[in-house]
Amino acid sequence: MAEGKDPEKEKRKIKSVKKMKAIMTKYYKKAKLAWLTRKKIAWITSGGPVEPLIAMNIIPVYPENHGAMIGASKMGVDLCQKAEAMGYSSDLCSYARSDISCAPAKGGPIGGLPKPNMLICCNNICGTVLKWYEVQARYFNVPLFILDTPFCHTQFTQEARQYVKKQVEEYILFLEKVCKKKMDHDRMKEVGRLSVEAQRLWQAVLDTAQNRPAPLSAFDAFFHLALIVTLRGTRQAVDYYQELLAEMKQRVADGIGAIPNEKHRLLWDNLPIWYRTRWLSQKFAAADACLVADTYTSAWCGALQYIDENNFLESMAEGYSRIYLNIGIDEMARQVIQMIDKYKADGLVMHSNRSCKPYSFGQLDIQRIVREERGLPSLMIEADMVDERFFSESQIDTRIDAFMEVVRERKSGI
Amino acid sequence: MKQMKELAGITGNPIAYARRLQETSGKKIIGYMCSYAPEEIIHAAGAHPLRLFGSGRNILLADSHLQSYCCSLVRGVLEDALAGNLNYLTGMIFPHTCDTVQRLSDIWRLNVPEGFHLDIVLPVKLDTADACQYLIDVLHRFRDDLGKALQTKISDDDLRKSITLYNNIRNNLQKVYELRKSNPDLLSGRDVYALVKAAMIMDRESYLTILQAVVGEMQKATGTADNKKNRRKRLILSGGICSQPDIYSLVEDVGAHIAGDDLCTGSRYFAGQISVNGDPITAIAERYVKRVVCPAKHMGNRSRAENLLHLVKDCHADGVIFMLLKFCDPHAFDYPYLKKALDKEGLPCLLLEVEDQPQAQEQMKTRIEAFLETLKTL
Repeated sequence: MAEGKDPEKEKRKIKSVKKMKAIMTKYYKKAKLAWLTRKKIAWITSGGPVEPLIAMNIIPVYPENHGAMIGASKMGVDLCQKAEAMGYSSDLCSYARSDISCAPAKGGPIGGLPKPNMLICCNNICGTVLKWYEVQARYFNVPLFILDTPFCHTQFTQEARQYVKKQVEEYILFLEKVCKKKMDHDRMKEVGRLSVEAQRLWQAVLDTAQNRPAPLSAFDAFFHLALIVTLRGTRQAVDYYQELLAEMKQRVADGIGAIPNEKHRLLWDNLPIWYRTRWLSQKFAAADACLVADTYTSAWCGALQYIDENNFLESMAEGYSRIYLNIGIDEMARQVIQMIDKYKADGLVMHSNRSCKPYSFGQLDIQRIVREERGLPSLMIEADMVDERFFSESQIDTRIDAFMEVVRERKSGI
Repeated sequence: MKQMKELAGITGNPIAYARRLQETSGKKIIGYMCSYAPEEIIHAAGAHPLRLFGSGRNILLADSHLQSYCCSLVRGVLEDALAGNLNYLTGMIFPHTCDTVQRLSDIWRLNVPEGFHLDIVLPVKLDTADACQYLIDVLHRFRDDLGKALQTKISDDDLRKSITLYNNIRNNLQKVYELRKSNPDLLSGRDVYALVKAAMIMDRESYLTILQAVVGEMQKATGTADNKKNRRKRLILSGGICSQPDIYSLVEDVGAHIAGDDLCTGSRYFAGQISVNGDPITAIAERYVKRVVCPAKHMGNRSRAENLLHLVKDCHADGVIFMLLKFCDPHAFDYPYLKKALDKEGLPCLLLEVEDQPQAQEQMKTRIEAFLETLKTL
């Protein structure tokens, strides 16, 4: 039987995928045509505050999302090597390397990102974005705004709160100056509410994976994440996630799982290995294991508790400072354990991602804490999110087999 | 110079020195790893600030906490801590630096039982008024936190005394560099290395005495020294830490010398002065804002290149050697644009990827020799 026509497979396909692809294609087309429509373009980091951009009618573009596309289309090695020829060490983040070389080469899956009018860098995810955006600010010779969110090792201090709040005010002034127009605060309030609504819906979508079988896996979440990253604050994102949530609820009602025979439930940590998501999902599915949740896609709704939807700008400082990657390892471990309990995970799969030091350093301690507190088996995969040269398929294949053996044994022992 | 032997011994084994200092003087020793550690505040609290470098033990224990793509400085220091080598520390402080040190702080807090632990979450950008205010606030908090941890009160007078001492040290180290600029034979490169490194390790009062004596001897020798060798090629070292004392002799052996540096274990450590007037904490913050930045901090998009070019001119240098600590992201990101800035001025440079531990001389020697050859043809 031809692959696409297998009714079993057809049944499990998420219908919203088509819509998401259409939305993202339209979004990139619109961004590419911004020069024609005289709209301004801002490049912004994935953890950055996009809402004021939406309120100012600026098109946000995400170099990290671009990096993910480059990885998924397996163009990473070539672009990374081009960056190395420019003098960038192969030890640097592969998102940064591939994006940096893409600009002069006009390469990559969409022929390079549209040229920015401004750069917005929030360092709540890493220090790498600061250096990366400095590189791009020099290359494009456009203004750079840095939202500096002090790291919350054990606390978010009063002075840090003051500092970030002041910067939010500066951010608005910066945008007003670049756009030569005032911010419409009523519109900003509306965007803030829509952003919170989209984040709640996204959390609700992820929550449906609490069901057995889980209607979606982390691999699906990696894909459907695109809108919550790029277009939160728009009506479009809210509408999309409402539809996706309805589809997931229907799947739950119909007992349709992300994989055919879900026996084991696993939690994924760190960024996806973009060029091997299909291989990995098939590998785990073949072992009847579903990655039911992950620490990565939930990061875009993890700080909801700090945000006041009726006072978005005021509460934004705390919300953006206390996201998953900007907190101490012990707090991260606590959140991982919460997810293990919530999604009833049988094991933990960690991607030790040489591109992402703030995400990866500390994983070994989180692994230990999870073992001590929940006795859960875990697997550490050494790889990179975009640069395939750091992926050893045969080694990882063997390690997944051995890990699944442990998961099965542990469960049969209980 | 006779003082140099003593300094070489101390910088060769800082851990042994600090342990001895703690045992003989009873001083509380506070560890740190970054040139943004406010040493003046630690000193004013009656404690001894000690900059940590890896001692070179094999990495065994740190492997359970940090992957292989973590820099050797951080892995090495964590290894020392986990092995109990640093159990004489009363406390460890972590000024916010890079992604790796940020996580080291967490790992340290969770795994190293001895001593108190303090984070100093400095701003990452230093070029706005709000960031400067936040920097001052953070230093105030550190002063309170440290006072509590050491059960002492740190007065403004104590701070001013410490600032004066440190200004004196910085001023004299600047004199050493200044004197060597016109006459490199006054002090060998290896001795300069030991002299600067000892400033981060030794009891600061004893250190100042030695430093002043060294400067005195250099000044005396200035008139008499043979200036003939001054036509040798002059190089600048640029990077983060430099734990390669051999590089100085290697460069000198091939007929050149290091005329200046942009290293956080070099001139960035002792650049600038702190005002003794007004609020001492604000004054300490002011120095950080005016100082040449570490690439993990933001001060405009081109300030590091401008500084490097200025340094090259000021030292009449013929070329630059970049000492890139493997896996150090902030420095690796800056290298291409710094190189481009040098290229534009026709200044050659050499990139050396280094570890926190002194490495085999042979390969480094070959590369430096080849680099010098290209310089001579220019």
